[in-house]
Amino acid sequence: MSAFAADLRVISELGRRSIRQTIRRPQLSAPLIIFPTLLLAIQTGGAGRAVQLDGFPQVDSFLQFMLAGAMLQACMLAGNSGGIALAIDIEMGFTDRLLAAPISRFSIVLGRLAGTAMVGAFTAIWFLAIGLIFGVPISEGVLGVIWIIALVAATALAFGGIGAAIALRSGKASVVQGLFPLIFVILFLSTAFFPANLMLAPAADIAEYNPLSFVVEGLREPIVSAFSGPDSLKALASIGGLGAIGFVTSALALRGRVKRGG
Amino acid sequence: MSNFRANVAMIRALVRRSSNELLRVPGAAIPGVLAPTIFFLGITSAFGGLTLLPGFTTSSYQSFVIPVSLMQGAAFTGAATGVNLARDIEQGWFDRLLASPAPRPVLLAGIVLSASLRSLIPATILLIIAFAIGAHWPGFLGLGIALVVVMGMATVAATWGTSLAFRFKSQSAAPLMQAGMLLFVFLTTAYAPLDLLTGWLQDVARINPVTQVVEAARQGFVGGVTWGDTWPGLVALAGLAVLLSAMALRGMRRMTA
Repeated sequence: MSAFAADLRVISELGRRSIRQTIRRPQLSAPLIIFPTLLLAIQTGGAGRAVQLDGFPQVDSFLQFMLAGAMLQACMLAGNSGGIALAIDIEMGFTDRLLAAPISRFSIVLGRLAGTAMVGAFTAIWFLAIGLIFGVPISEGVLGVIWIIALVAATALAFGGIGAAIALRSGKASVVQGLFPLIFVILFLSTAFFPANLMLAPAADIAEYNPLSFVVEGLREPIVSAFSGPDSLKALASIGGLGAIGFVTSALALRGRVKRGG
Repeated sequence: MSNFRANVAMIRALVRRSSNELLRVPGAAIPGVLAPTIFFLGITSAFGGLTLLPGFTTSSYQSFVIPVSLMQGAAFTGAATGVNLARDIEQGWFDRLLASPAPRPVLLAGIVLSASLRSLIPATILLIIAFAIGAHWPGFLGLGIALVVVMGMATVAATWGTSLAFRFKSQSAAPLMQAGMLLFVFLTTAYAPLDLLTGWLQDVARINPVTQVVEAARQGFVGGVTWGDTWPGLVALAGLAVLLSAMALRGMRRMTA
């Protein structure tokens, strides 16, 4: 078997293990689905009349506007959960055993990230299903759905890289878990929940430049109106940037962990 | 020592033990402060434009949301008491307490009172932040009522947390302790006045007793203070506290049965 094929097999096995782990541990799976779903339901009921405000984008309903924000929130939490699971593996010594095995070290991290991306794709399907059940039309139809699932999976992968870097650096699940509130800080400072022109300063100004705003607009456009070239490109560039940060920091953290001897 | 004095001494000892934790582990108060602060600043910044809706009762969203965040802080503090109790049960410390001649309601009172007092920490920090970013001064009466309601809400959350701790005897029940109370707080007029809520949330908020609690805490920040807006909140808190205390005492008795 070639080295590349062997790496692919390791990535696939570890990715499958990561998905099984998320499903079997409610403390990993529940925050990805239950929390964003509850928040979506409460915010839709609580702020639903916002669509009547002057300057609010043209949408069928507030739920249609909010779906992209819920998906972004879920895939950020998926990245965080992936980091927690990796830290638990480090704490329990499982990662040390993998590092001692004759496999590529990067495939150990890539396997975890592949699992995180799949979990991200699942959350996209979950929220799209909720939208469809409650009568939200997806303006770009099947193509739009495929685009959204791919974009959410890529975003989860990018955030998974950042979660993995922190897990590898700290080796403690509690440290990665501590990022949970930070996720909400970044989300509230983006257009995930409300259009920037109706947000209050200084959050509105920050949201204009927050890369998450670009990601969420890339997800939102095919739901509420139509594909937009510039918005899609900005979303891809933001995900690419976040992914690069995740990749470089996790590679450095992995190298540091190997040097320190676990 | 008379029974009454012995009971008071027991409650004081339990409250002192709880405050010792705060002094020795300063980070213990952070979860109860951090999450409500992030949500307060986040919701205010993101949804502040809602005040432009016709029929919204104030132009200051900070003033509208701060009572909700105060309730959230109280709920987290109360839930943390449940988590700490679950830890004491896991480590066998609570068994020793049960072996003491102290009446069960006195043990519960000590645990719950400590939560009630601790809830003033997140409340103080949240109020400082709120006033710094422009929330209305509710007047001394409004502020006093809000703080009484905060302590009452922490009592309710603590009885909820302790009843779950007795039921599950494990810290793994922590998410249930926190999420249950958070749901109670957010399924109210948290984001907008009742008339501006939409769909199912309007119906749920109408029958959720915590809506009355939030409105009682809100009155000084949005509009004037009236007895008519105060008593429903106090009755709701008393009702919830009695109901959940009964559940917690039942759970405690089952532990020794």
